[in-house]
Amino acid sequence: MVDLSVNLGNLTLRNPVMTASGTFGYGEEYEDFIDLSELGGIIVKGTTATAREGNPYPRMAETSMGMLNAVGLQNKGVDVFCNEIWPRISNRDTRILVNVSGSTVEEYVETAEKIAALEEVPGIELNISCPNVKEGGMAFGTSCPSAIAVTRAVREVFPRHLMVKLSPNVTDIVEIAKGVEEAGADSVSLINTLLGMAIDAKTQKPVLSTVTGGLSGPCVKPVALRMVWQVASAVQIPVVGLGGISSATDAIEFLLAGASAIQVGTANFREPDVTVKIVEGIIDYMEERGISKVSDLIGALKV
Amino acid sequence: MQKKHIDDFTIVANERHTREFVILTLKHPGKMPEMFPGQFVEARVDGSNATYLRRPLSIHDVNYASNTLKLLIQEVGPGTRTLSALQEGDQLNLVYPLGNHYTLPESDKVLLIGGGCGVAPLLFLGRYLKEHGITPRFLIGGRTAADLVELNSYETIGEVLVTTEDGTRGTKGYVIHHPVMKTFEPDFEYIYTCGPEPMMKVLAKYAAERDIKCQVSMENTMACGIGACLCCVTPTQDGHKCVCTDGPVFDSKYLKW
Repeated sequence: MVDLSVNLGNLTLRNPVMTASGTFGYGEEYEDFIDLSELGGIIVKGTTATAREGNPYPRMAETSMGMLNAVGLQNKGVDVFCNEIWPRISNRDTRILVNVSGSTVEEYVETAEKIAALEEVPGIELNISCPNVKEGGMAFGTSCPSAIAVTRAVREVFPRHLMVKLSPNVTDIVEIAKGVEEAGADSVSLINTLLGMAIDAKTQKPVLSTVTGGLSGPCVKPVALRMVWQVASAVQIPVVGLGGISSATDAIEFLLAGASAIQVGTANFREPDVTVKIVEGIIDYMEERGISKVSDLIGALKV
Repeated sequence: MQKKHIDDFTIVANERHTREFVILTLKHPGKMPEMFPGQFVEARVDGSNATYLRRPLSIHDVNYASNTLKLLIQEVGPGTRTLSALQEGDQLNLVYPLGNHYTLPESDKVLLIGGGCGVAPLLFLGRYLKEHGITPRFLIGGRTAADLVELNSYETIGEVLVTTEDGTRGTKGYVIHHPVMKTFEPDFEYIYTCGPEPMMKVLAKYAAERDIKCQVSMENTMACGIGACLCCVTPTQDGHKCVCTDGPVFDSKYLKW
């Protein structure tokens, strides 16, 4: 029997497989396909201080081995989350983290405070890297001073696990990671989507209503892996790796690069039960090699 | 809530009807669960590096006795080309049945209007209505006669009216130009439709002006098909709604066209 548990500082997961925000709804959407208690954790849809309608359709463009999205944080707002959604999902036997987003520091703080009041929520993922909202979002995560400021402000009101989700759309992701570590983050997750665009040559128009959007899926994996390796080598706090993971082998590669846990995103759209297959595949990998603790794989890359 | 499944079906027939349209018949590995007209499947496209996501396809026909269902596929890109090349004996992984469905009318005077690939759910719907004692009429539009797929199947259920843009069969023009639509007081009280959005928009307006009930099935591009990604939204009286879970079938008055 292998030991799959991992520690993200003050947060223990039964296994390193989590789901990425925005790809897994509130977990309920997938319950016909998998048992949520087989996951290390789930990160629910990006939540903001007030309800958001998101961007106009079309919001999605398929690419070679991936997709662009421009959903724009459509959600019902933190009050509906706390009063209606959380009571519905709180009894699920997995770690449910809430992805928190906003346009101003005050909005992030307001949302984080309300989530903090739900004592059973073990942590939040601070989304300072959404490329699909006009103001805020990624703007916070692409400048070091603003990333530090929003992390510090939320740290003051949120006492439990604070994961900060980083944008790859920066010159030096290591600098931002170190900044949010110093500002009090308990972990960093990376990468959010890569800014991209799609054009329809037939109509000579952009495919997305917003012209640009966030690229995800297997096509971004090499970039994500590189950034996880760079960040994990530079910070002391745990790193959660994501970006194109769609198999157990992908997940193991991220662990080897230094991730303490991983998130599965776009692959859920192709295989709604892919997360549990990844858990099973990690077990097989460990058993084949006589590895008893999954934590022994973290950062074990032989360079 | 109806349980959603993920299963490998086996292709038992691939019939090419026109240059673009293929009908796949798929056999369920066991006993096929109940499905309703208007619902769709998400088909995984294997062996295509140009795509990643599943393809949402209307359930075209269902046969519980043989545990088979049919999918009407129009080849429009690499994904649908890969699917339409599947041969007898090949496997196709489906997530199904997804979405809501057309609901029974309060009247038995119904017209089912399909354009292009949008005819896909109407065969299943026609059979379903017939089983519930309603004999529907079909109005089917295509660019040209060669686009009209398996009209004989529809004819076993009810009268079939046809329009083609080039006049090679039936009335020349779009479905809205057919004489049955032009009568000041139409002899139908209910429209069910699926097809290109401009066509459905015209029909929604037509229905609203005459106080006719109209159920439309939307075909927005989708990623997950199960309400998680929020990519396939359409504007409604209550804001953005997911076509995959709140639809694909909507009352035409509920949508903001």
